[in-house]
Formats: sequence, C-alpha cells, structure tokens
Amino acid sequence: MASRFNEKPTFPALIKQNMNILQLEHVVKTYGTHRAVNDVTFDIPKGLVFGMLGPNGAGKTSLIRIITNITKADSGNIWLDGEPLNSRHPEQIGYMPEERGLYKKMKVGEQLTYLARLKGLSASQAKESLSYWFKRFEIVDWWEKKIDELSKGMQQKVQFISTVLHKPKLLILDEPFSGLDPINAQLIESEIRELAKQGTSIIFSTHRMEQVEEMCDHIVLINKGKNVLEGEVKAVKQRFKENLFSIEYEGDLPMALREHNPVFTLKKSAGQRLTVQLGEGVRTNDLLQKFIHSGVQVRSFNEILPSINEIFIRSVRGEVGH
Amino acid sequence: MDKLWLIIQREYLTRVKKKSFILITLLSPVIFVALFTIPVLVTIFAGKEKKSILVKDDSGVFQVPMDTSARANFMLSQDPLDVMKATYKSQGYDGVLHIPAVPASGKMQLSYYSEKQLSLGVVGYISDRVAEQVEAKKVKDAGYSEEVIDNFKTDVGIDQEELAFNKDGVLVETGKKNSAELATAIGFVSGFVIYIVLIFYGAMIMRSVMEEKTNRIVEVIISSVKPFQLMMGKILGVSAVGLTQMLVWITMTFILTTAATSFLHVDPASLQHSMGPMQQPAPEVVTSQAGQVFEAIASQNWSYILPLFLFYFIGGYFIYSSLFAAVGASMGDDQGESQSLSMVAMAPIILSIVLISPIIENPTSNLARWMSIFPLFSPVLMPARLAFEPPLWEVLLSMAVLAGSAVFFVWLAGRIFRVGILLYGKKATVGEMIKWTFSRE
Repeated sequence: MASRFNEKPTFPALIKQNMNILQLEHVVKTYGTHRAVNDVTFDIPKGLVFGMLGPNGAGKTSLIRIITNITKADSGNIWLDGEPLNSRHPEQIGYMPEERGLYKKMKVGEQLTYLARLKGLSASQAKESLSYWFKRFEIVDWWEKKIDELSKGMQQKVQFISTVLHKPKLLILDEPFSGLDPINAQLIESEIRELAKQGTSIIFSTHRMEQVEEMCDHIVLINKGKNVLEGEVKAVKQRFKENLFSIEYEGDLPMALREHNPVFTLKKSAGQRLTVQLGEGVRTNDLLQKFIHSGVQVRSFNEILPSINEIFIRSVRGEVGH
Repeated sequence: MDKLWLIIQREYLTRVKKKSFILITLLSPVIFVALFTIPVLVTIFAGKEKKSILVKDDSGVFQVPMDTSARANFMLSQDPLDVMKATYKSQGYDGVLHIPAVPASGKMQLSYYSEKQLSLGVVGYISDRVAEQVEAKKVKDAGYSEEVIDNFKTDVGIDQEELAFNKDGVLVETGKKNSAELATAIGFVSGFVIYIVLIFYGAMIMRSVMEEKTNRIVEVIISSVKPFQLMMGKILGVSAVGLTQMLVWITMTFILTTAATSFLHVDPASLQHSMGPMQQPAPEVVTSQAGQVFEAIASQNWSYILPLFLFYFIGGYFIYSSLFAAVGASMGDDQGESQSLSMVAMAPIILSIVLISPIIENPTSNLARWMSIFPLFSPVLMPARLAFEPPLWEVLLSMAVLAGSAVFFVWLAGRIFRVGILLYGKKATVGEMIKWTFSRE
C-alpha cells in the first residue's frame, strides 16, 4: 500500500492527515459476486462522534470489518491517524460488534483481563484499567462472577468495558444502544460523550436516526456499498433544507395569504399554525413582513430543517444525488 | 506470538480448571483399575461361597472329589430320590444331584433339585467333575491306563523366530522372537488409542469453536488477533489439555495398579487368568506363559514403535483437530441441523477404524499398504501395522505424506475458519467451504 504522503506530498495533505483519525480512499470489497463495499471514500475527523448510517445490508459491517483489520479490502487505501492501516492498529481500535458476545462460563475479571491482554496491555496495565472501570461503573463486586450469572443489562456494561479498557484512539460502536434498557442506554451515552470529550474518536454505526441527531457531529451515509452523503450534521441539514418555515399566529388570516403568491407557498395549515415554503430568492424578512402587514399577531417563526431521518429516507430512495 | 500464547493459556486453563475435567481425569484411572481388580475380588469372595450337595448316583462311577476348596461339597446317599428330595433341607444340604446311568452314546443329562438355582460357575464345576470321572471310567473299561491317555493330548504352539538376510543374501539370525498375538494386540491398542483421542479432542475443539461462533465473542476476539492465531491457539491449548490428562492417567494408573496388586498379593501377569474363574491352570503354567509374553514384549522393537506412534499421534491430531475446527466454524446457529456437517471430519476417522480389522489380519496386503499411506487413515492404520514391521519405504512415504498433509490441513482449515467464523445464521455446505478456501482475505 502506497502511503498517502508519497502520493500527495503537498502541505495541505499533511495537515489533513493530522486532523483525521481515519481516511478511506476508493475502498472496495467483494464477496463472491456481491460488491459489499463499492468505492467508498471519506475522512473521519479526530475527536468527534462520527455517525455511519445506512440501511441493513448497506455495507456498514463490511466496512467496519475492514477498518478493524478483520478482513482486508480488495483495493483502496486506508490510513489510521496518518499511517497506512496495518496489523498493529487493532490495538488502537476498540470495537463493539452489533452481535454482542462474551465467554459465558468465564469470570468477569478473568475475561476482561484476557481481552485487555489480547489488545496488547500488560497484566498490570490491564488490572489498572479494569479497576478504574469497575469503580466507575460501581461493579467492583462482580470480579468473581461468571457472565451467565449476570443480567443482560449487566453483561452489556461488561461488554462496553471490554471495548474501551485499552484506551483506544478510535472507538467503533455498531448499534451500541440496541437491546439496552433506558438506564443503561443513558449510562453508555454519557460514557461515549465523556470519551469524546477526552479526545477519543468515535464511529457510531446505526440505523436509528434520532440517536444520530443527538450524538453525532459528522455523518456519512452508506447505501448499497457506496457513501451517498457525508459532512457535518448541521451542514448536511442546511444542504437538504427546503426553505420551509413554521409560523404560529393569532387573529384571522386573510384569505389572500392562503392563496398562491410570489413570496411563499402554503404547504400545511393546522389551526393557527402554518407551514410555508419560501419562494426562490425571497428573504425571511419579506415573509415576516407579509404576515405582519396582514394584521395577524405572529407568535413564533421557525425555520424547519429536515431531520436526519428524512434525509436518510430521501437519500436511500434515490431522490437526491450526491 | 504473545497473543497466540495468551489464547493457548486461556484454552488450557478454562478446561483444566473445570470441575467436570478434574472429576473425569481423577476418576477414570480409578474406574480403569477397578475394571481389573473387581473380577479378582469377586473370584476371591465368590470362591468362599460353597454348595453342599446330596448326590444320588445311578451311574456307579461318581467319587467324591478330595478338593475341599472347590465350589461344591458332595455327599453320596443311598436313599431313594424321593426321600432325598423331601429331606435334603433338614439334613443341611443345598440341593440334590441325580446322576443317571451312563448312556452308551450321546449327551449325559444330570438333574438337580433345589429351592435355589445354581450359578453358572457351580454348574460348570459339577459337570466338569462328572465328565472327568465318566471319561476316566470309560478309559479304564477300554483297557488303557490314564498315563497313556494323557500322552495322547498334544498342545501345539508356534514360535516365530525372525530371520534376515544381509547384503550378500546370506542368512542372518536376528534372535528376535515374533508373536502374531502380540503384534495384533499392539496393533489394535495403538489404533484404538489414536482413534479415541482424535475423536474426543477433535470434538472438543469443534464444540469450542461453535460456542464462540454462536456466542458472537469471536468477532471481538478476531478484532484483536488473526483468525489463524485463534484457531492455532485452540488446537495447541486443547492438545496441552489432552497431554495433561494422559500424563495424570498414566501416573495414576501406575500408582493405583502397583498399590492394588501389592494389596491383593497377586502377580499382575496372573490377573488375566484369575478373571476366568472356571479355568485355573497350574501355577507353573501361568509363569511360563507370562514368561513367554514378557519375552515377546521385550523383544519388540519399542525404540522404533514408540517414537513412530508418537509421530502418527501428533500428525493425526493436527489433521483432525484442524478439520474439526473448520467444521465448527462452518456450523450454523441451529446446532441440531449442523450435526450432519460434522460427518465431514467424522467419516474418514470412522472409516479408518472400520479398516483396522482387515488390515491387521492382512498387514502386508495392498489394502494395508495404501490405506496406511493415505493421510486421513494413516494416523490410525500405520501404528496398527507397525508391530508387523512394514517395509521401511512404506513407513517413510506414509510419514512424509502425513507431515505434508498436516501442514496442508492446518492451512486449509485456517482458510475455511477465517470466513466461516464470521458468517452467522445457516450452516455452510461443503461446496461453500471449498469456495472459502480460495477466497481472498
């Protein structure tokens, strides 16, 4: 694999490298005749929660398995923190697969020590890291318990610890909230935020859009093995906005305002609340002025941005292009 | 390398620390020794139980044997049979034996009357005594002496002395004694030991791979180590478990056998004779038979057989444990449905044990030669043939093929393992397994 540095020895490339924890360039992976990952290119900036979205079977897991070095890409380049991906990198990555699993008959302490040591920690480092997490999750007395003696929620705490105990630079969480009860979900969510605050880069793979809006700074959308959309959540929303505004008012709305006019088109009317679409090139102040002059009292005025869910559905259905 | 070591450690420790493992490991030698000592104990204690039998003899040949240690005491009575039947109990006997007149030809049928049944051993003892005495009477009536008759009986055995020819075709005495019985015994024992170990530990590896796959822990593990490391860690870890178990067994069997024999004051060589309570050969016969067996055992070329046995054992272990690992990785979530897939690894090893009998009977046949070179059969069949001393080239060829195949099968299994382990849901077909072998990483 040629290094990106050799290919593009320009200064901006170097800067970009240091800003990104992960860079993928034209990554392709084929299973038999099925092209699971089809020429995917995107960068993941450091220290952010990065959402990787896509319907089931879009190629998310295939991509994750390439990043975690479980499988190899057929072609394309990948850099982790500026270095071409290699077999030492798994120690810097924490991965929680969608399908959770632990050794049922092993004791919690033994098991986590084993997993930590497989990630390259020494016995004493493993112990130190474990005692930190055991205290943090208030589970110190679980050390001698076998996994199958724990409830499902408890097992998931153990699973989460197993993912983060080697202080990975990059944390990959595949559907981290699936099957979690609300209390554990909140606990894990705050831990993810805390880790992000400490500088861990996090890839958050999911098809649950409400979580994406809550948690992610950046997103990439994968469909049919391709990245169809990427960018900052705010920017993506801006890009997909349809100039929709919601107006709440008091008083009687003159009929003239309900009819078609050059300033806006009425999309929806529910009681004293309207959804309107601003005409091409019209400024929001023009819209407001029209309402103010009509004699009604404007109570609220908001821009309606599309939810990630809407963007996701529209993109997957192919209504929008790149 | 460090990670492989961690995996071996885990595979080893989790098994060795299990209660069921400790129990099986400690109890098996006890059971094994019990299998040998219980028959001895039974004959010792059963021998004390005696029947007292009242005899009505119409043949006129029966004489009460002098042997008081035998399984029955006899007492001749002149009373009519009906009276004896009515009164035997009050006289303190266990039953009444009626010996009819000796028939001119055909089978002689005795009758025994009692409340309780006779054991097989006592029935054998009584009929042997009566037969002996009738025979002796007939010999005497025919005008021969007993010594003449004893001379008629001839015991035939074959001593096999091995010959060899030097380069010039000149005969050389090797002084080595062969024994077909011993070679057969060694053949069967070595074949079966390898067969059982391969199946037992192979299945152990298969189960453990399946468990990790259905558990989904495997994805976490192989995000830290290579699938091949995981597979090798399992194979080596389980082999260490097997070695530990065998070491414990050999040590314990040795200690327990020594303890048991010294406690019972029996010579181990005579144990097998004591197991048949009906035949009790004279002590000097036992000693000379045991002597011959020991002589034959000692004259076997153990420094040749044992290292080769070990070689086939290890080679077979690698081939079959990797096959079982590949099968385990290809199993689906429904373990019942997946059982048929395990035949991929089971079939060849079962076939090899089916072949062991014809091959030991004809150890120099073409079947024996080629089957003990075929790598899936050779771990069982070549050790079974070794005591018959197959030609050196066959052994060397078979060893080379086995070594090459072991490497090949470990590689093959690694290819199947790395793909199969990540595919959840349905079990794979053999066709898919072959396809995975050639797929890219």
